[in-house]
Amino acid sequence: MTTQQYKPRKKIRGASIKRQDTERPVFNESGIEIRKTYTAEDLEASGGVDMVGLPGEYPFTRGIHKEMYRKRPWTMRQYTGFGNPEDTNKRFRFLIENGQTGLNVAFDLPSQIGIDSDDDMAIGEIGRVGMAVDSLHDFEVAFDEIDLEKITVSLTINGSAAIMIAMYLAMAEKRGYDISKLRGTAQNDILKEFIGRGTWIFPVEPSIKLVADTIEYCAHNAPKYSPVSVCGYHIRESGADPAQEMAYGFVIAKAYTDLVLARGLDVDEFASRLSFNFNIYGNIFEQVAKFRAGRGLWAKIIKEEYGATNPRSMVLRMIAGGGGSGLTKEQPEVNIVRGAYYALISALSGAQTMALCCFDEAYTIPSEDSQRLSLRTMQVLIEEMGMCDTVDPLAGSYYVETLTNQMRDRMEEVMREVDEQGGIVKMVAEGSIQSKVSAQAYELLRDIESGEFPKVGINCYEMDEEEPEVEYHPYAEDDARKQIRRLQTLRAERDNAAVESTLAKLVDDARQGVNVMPAIMAAVKAYATVGEMTDALVSVYGRYNEPVRF
Amino acid sequence: MNSNTNRGRIRVLIAKPGLDGHDRGAKIVVRALIDAGFEVIYTGLRQPPEAVAQVAMEEDVDVIGLSSMAGSHVPYCKRLKELMVEKGLDDKLWMIGGVIPMPDQAALRDLGLDGIFPAGTRLEEIVEFINERVQ
Repeated sequence: MTTQQYKPRKKIRGASIKRQDTERPVFNESGIEIRKTYTAEDLEASGGVDMVGLPGEYPFTRGIHKEMYRKRPWTMRQYTGFGNPEDTNKRFRFLIENGQTGLNVAFDLPSQIGIDSDDDMAIGEIGRVGMAVDSLHDFEVAFDEIDLEKITVSLTINGSAAIMIAMYLAMAEKRGYDISKLRGTAQNDILKEFIGRGTWIFPVEPSIKLVADTIEYCAHNAPKYSPVSVCGYHIRESGADPAQEMAYGFVIAKAYTDLVLARGLDVDEFASRLSFNFNIYGNIFEQVAKFRAGRGLWAKIIKEEYGATNPRSMVLRMIAGGGGSGLTKEQPEVNIVRGAYYALISALSGAQTMALCCFDEAYTIPSEDSQRLSLRTMQVLIEEMGMCDTVDPLAGSYYVETLTNQMRDRMEEVMREVDEQGGIVKMVAEGSIQSKVSAQAYELLRDIESGEFPKVGINCYEMDEEEPEVEYHPYAEDDARKQIRRLQTLRAERDNAAVESTLAKLVDDARQGVNVMPAIMAAVKAYATVGEMTDALVSVYGRYNEPVRF
Repeated sequence: MNSNTNRGRIRVLIAKPGLDGHDRGAKIVVRALIDAGFEVIYTGLRQPPEAVAQVAMEEDVDVIGLSSMAGSHVPYCKRLKELMVEKGLDDKLWMIGGVIPMPDQAALRDLGLDGIFPAGTRLEEIVEFINERVQ
């Protein structure tokens, strides 16, 4: 047990050279007071070393693998996608040629919210922030000539995830891969979409039912595939502090776990395929402690609360990357430096996969050059800096171990608060969690504007800047028209009777309340479109009515 | 819709145009404008131009503010402009904030946007702009 008393959040977050008074208390973003020096006594008082253990062993605080990066460095997986599937395929291959080891697919907004490219609502949005997908055909083009055993693919997709997972599996099957051995990940974390990012389609209950459908379906048919990547990431981007980020991720992961258990699956049948996505910007030591604490806490939850017996069920597998909210529009080159520190944080934290926001992202979709620069940032760490030599290099530091204990306590406290307020599903449905994180985002911006929270280029070391030279990513109207033409050709040439009957079956299964994944797989293989399948589900589930709160 | 209704104060509509769901910035601006004493109506996500024009008219707002993070603002504002003219809303103070690439800014000014506030703008700048322009 800890003797640390958590004080209410104070405005002084982090020491700064602007504050000469060394006696002023310093807090990290999660509200934990930071001492000037740490000793064995501090570590003992925070709970000691009981939760530390060894890498690859319960409680996995030090990492989920015994050998970690010495055996295999983290997977490099830059978030990529724009225009139509041909454009995206070309960029995928460029990144792979430059040493990238995984793919992370960005979809355009129509695809993300389940509408087709020829829908009126898609005007001006086709292929703009990701690649346009209307049917299985688009997946076939996007992954053409990419070895799906060597390069694992992560789909950043949520509202329409059940459909896109089916498309990925169907595409792989068509190319001769055995889907029972296929690896890959879908983000598919709809609860966080209601909190931040906003690509919801259906009301909360059917939305989480669909997540459970995908987990159940994959457990039986594609057991190596990770159907969900639970994201604290976007909740942090929306205003949560680092301890809340991880705690909210865990209550969400528990909500999905409970739904799947209620269907009669054993926790060890699927827990090892749950993965996570967390953010890496902020205080280096707070971040490293967050990840170490989170691994121990998740292992404890899965083992003690859910009774898992397979150690692989207990490990917190994660992508630790991004850091968009830490980057600035001001002095954008400084983001290159920030990105390198964020990569260091991710590596010191034992991430399985890393992606970095590019320095020009406050301006535009990253250019080839800026994406390659992010890749090189990671490659320098791997090849030159000794980051792969030994596992969990910060272990045993009085500071890091003490902070790890304190961050874990703080996360448990946040999880208790959510339980006391009726659970995460209720909080999301009523909009209270959304209001809470948005209030914190406002408070933080006020602190940045007043200079209380130092930010280089914004409230210190500012410069009079010319508009920087940025290679703006153009919006290709031609690509959008091409995508619409392709969709219209598809509708004319496919077996429309098969489409109708598979869609009717999908409506029927949705109405019966059974797992809709087999029906979605059948519709996908008949080349039904994303919009058609979504509409079929909407006819039963309805659409989400956003509780407009701020 | 959410509004804090009180007659006599400057009324501001904040809308999220298009399909994008990144609303951190929009919500921050809503809070800042309320703190500055304005009446604020926030639409929530995914508002088509027709809805924004309709709400602006029904709520009799002085200011129409858009928060755009995903790049579709130029085609969106073209359509909204037509509707504003149609409904006699083109005398309203019209503002946009978010990720507004430099090449789009001229196009938006040509469409009649009075204020463009890219990410990084200080909140008080937005408040002052409204106070100066709306009498």
